[in-house]
Amino acid sequence: MAQMNMLQAINDALAIEMEKNDKMLVFGEDVGHFGGVFRATSGLKEKFGPDRCFNTPLTEQGIAGFANGLAANGHTPVAEIQFADYIFPAFDQIVNESAKFRYRSGSEFNVGGLTYRTPYGGGIAGGHYHSQSPEAYFTQTPGLKVVVPRNPEQAKGLLLASIRDKNPVVFFEPKRLYRASVGEVPEGDYEHELGKADVVQQGTDITVLAWGAQMEIVEKAAEMAAKDGISCEVIDLRSLSPWDVETVAESVKKTGRLLINHEAPLTGGFAGEIAATIQQECFLYLESPIARVCGLDTPYPLIHEKEYMPDALKTYEAIKSTMNF
Amino acid sequence: MSNATQSNEIVHSVSFLDRDSLNIPTLRILQADGSVYKDAVLPSINEETAKRMYDTCVFIRVLDERMLGAQRQGRISFYMTCTGEEAAVVGSAAALQEKDVILAQYREQAALRYRGFTTEQFMDQMFSNAKDLGKGRQMPIHYGSQALNYHTVSSPLGTQIPQATGVAYSLKMNNDKAVSICYFGEGAASEGDFHAGLNMAATLSAPALFFCRNNGYAISTPAEEQFKGNGIASRGVGYGMHTIRVDGNDMLAVLAATQAARDFAVENNKPVLIEAMSYRVGAHSSSDDPSGYRSKEEEDVWRAQDPVARFKNWMLSQGWLTEEEDEALYAKYREEVLAQVKVSEKVEAPHIDELINDVYDEPTPLLQKQLKELKEHVNKYPHAYPKTAGRF
Repeated sequence: MAQMNMLQAINDALAIEMEKNDKMLVFGEDVGHFGGVFRATSGLKEKFGPDRCFNTPLTEQGIAGFANGLAANGHTPVAEIQFADYIFPAFDQIVNESAKFRYRSGSEFNVGGLTYRTPYGGGIAGGHYHSQSPEAYFTQTPGLKVVVPRNPEQAKGLLLASIRDKNPVVFFEPKRLYRASVGEVPEGDYEHELGKADVVQQGTDITVLAWGAQMEIVEKAAEMAAKDGISCEVIDLRSLSPWDVETVAESVKKTGRLLINHEAPLTGGFAGEIAATIQQECFLYLESPIARVCGLDTPYPLIHEKEYMPDALKTYEAIKSTMNF
Repeated sequence: MSNATQSNEIVHSVSFLDRDSLNIPTLRILQADGSVYKDAVLPSINEETAKRMYDTCVFIRVLDERMLGAQRQGRISFYMTCTGEEAAVVGSAAALQEKDVILAQYREQAALRYRGFTTEQFMDQMFSNAKDLGKGRQMPIHYGSQALNYHTVSSPLGTQIPQATGVAYSLKMNNDKAVSICYFGEGAASEGDFHAGLNMAATLSAPALFFCRNNGYAISTPAEEQFKGNGIASRGVGYGMHTIRVDGNDMLAVLAATQAARDFAVENNKPVLIEAMSYRVGAHSSSDDPSGYRSKEEEDVWRAQDPVARFKNWMLSQGWLTEEEDEALYAKYREEVLAQVKVSEKVEAPHIDELINDVYDEPTPLLQKQLKELKEHVNKYPHAYPKTAGRF
């Protein structure tokens, strides 16, 4: 085990797979010599050569289209979109092309080896073009997998699994935690299974569900609630598409209550999908309405970031209201 | 202030460049009557290849005519013809090797035919039946074949262009000595994907051939309302790319240009832009009526430039074709296409399981649940779902 921050863990995952798979290529804006604006790809160009780790022009749709072509011809592209806020020029190539390559061709072609990595989320005083959480746009697209890690150890295992998955994956990295989250990371090769949630804390009174950077927030809220004698079961969803209905439903059947927390705006957010599914699966077990603690339905603000965020305090309040319903 | 991609000339008074500053010649080898220009340099072509090219043209003419008819009769839902652009598509396809990857737009069925897509495969796709390689997921004319290195057509316009760059880069990395070729119309060249794809191919040194069929119309919008530059070719120069403009109705000129482009791309790992000047004689699609936006006189001018007739005349002059053989070829394909229509339209629809297959490599638990519920519903109301009821 080694102490790593999330960037080091991501870099480690990329290097491990590039070593094993000579078809793997890493590219994006400033990804080459500079190592990406966050340095997730540092040293890869030097180690694996400029043909396998390189800069592209500033064109997200080009990066995504290029990645589709590479993957369709048997390569394993890991394309970096510099900020998730800038993924929208690539939206068509991702939702209409990557996601549908296999289906539309009757499996004549697929882009299974393709991974998009992109930093998402707020808490960095970034305003609305450096803070968005656009995961729900992608969870509604059949054919894509959507994955969000919560810490360095998870990031490495989930990224390795994503790169090796036979389907295109959009891998959202919580940029607020890139350097802030430090922890023990196994040095060798390992994977965390996609599509499986992780129960990070057992509890009996309420299931508290989140992913990515919000895991820190809900864990803190659970700690606060524990002081009031409330036992929270804390779950990290990890994969949003496909998502682990079974683990969440099993937990809710035990606790009778569910709170979902995400950074993205409430309306149309993925919490709505989870709430609808769980009320169908667990209707007779529910002792209170499913709560959602989410971002406001505003663009991500700059100066009022603290107010906007679904923080630990708001989550703690919602836990108490749910318990007292 | 300067950088490596800039030339060094400095001037001291204002002077602008305009679209005409760039003189882009058009390569033509065959005259309208099918004879060869005196000083023309012929491409590499033998009798066997020429016959295969002509055979492809005739098949596609017949297919287009019959399938447009089938669409009018309501037997298939949609069709798009290649009429008027056969030389651009067949001439370029014939310059390629089998290992070269084709990324088509949607009007290049002739390239697929040239590679060996069978009449049955064409028809099975158009009738969305159980034998369709695409499993009935896309509209007619969205063909694709892994075996023939021909990417399945995608409806959104221009998306294949940056993909062709990625395919080309992959071929380069594999040291395959092959190219990708990407077809698109001059209308699609307005999409962001065009600019992204060409710029990336140039900067990343990808052996891609970008083949623009400048056919004058994007549905109803004429080229003069699509762009103001010196055709599409001028953009290739702007991206630092080898570029050539060719008479798209001249089979030998297209063949020559594409052969040279392919050689250059493979040897240098660099892209090439080819602009083929042609005209879409038919409608955009079976849902379109060109009489609403252009004159019959204009169409007639181009009918007189028919690329298939021009090539036929050359074939006759070579002694590689006779009028009798030509007539027999048309008769053979008319019969073959009609016979296949009758067979393919009777083949059953793809199995209902194909509804959830290929979304992912394996159907997810949620998809399996949704299929199970759907089957229960179909069983309950079989009369409402005649294609699938009773076939579980």
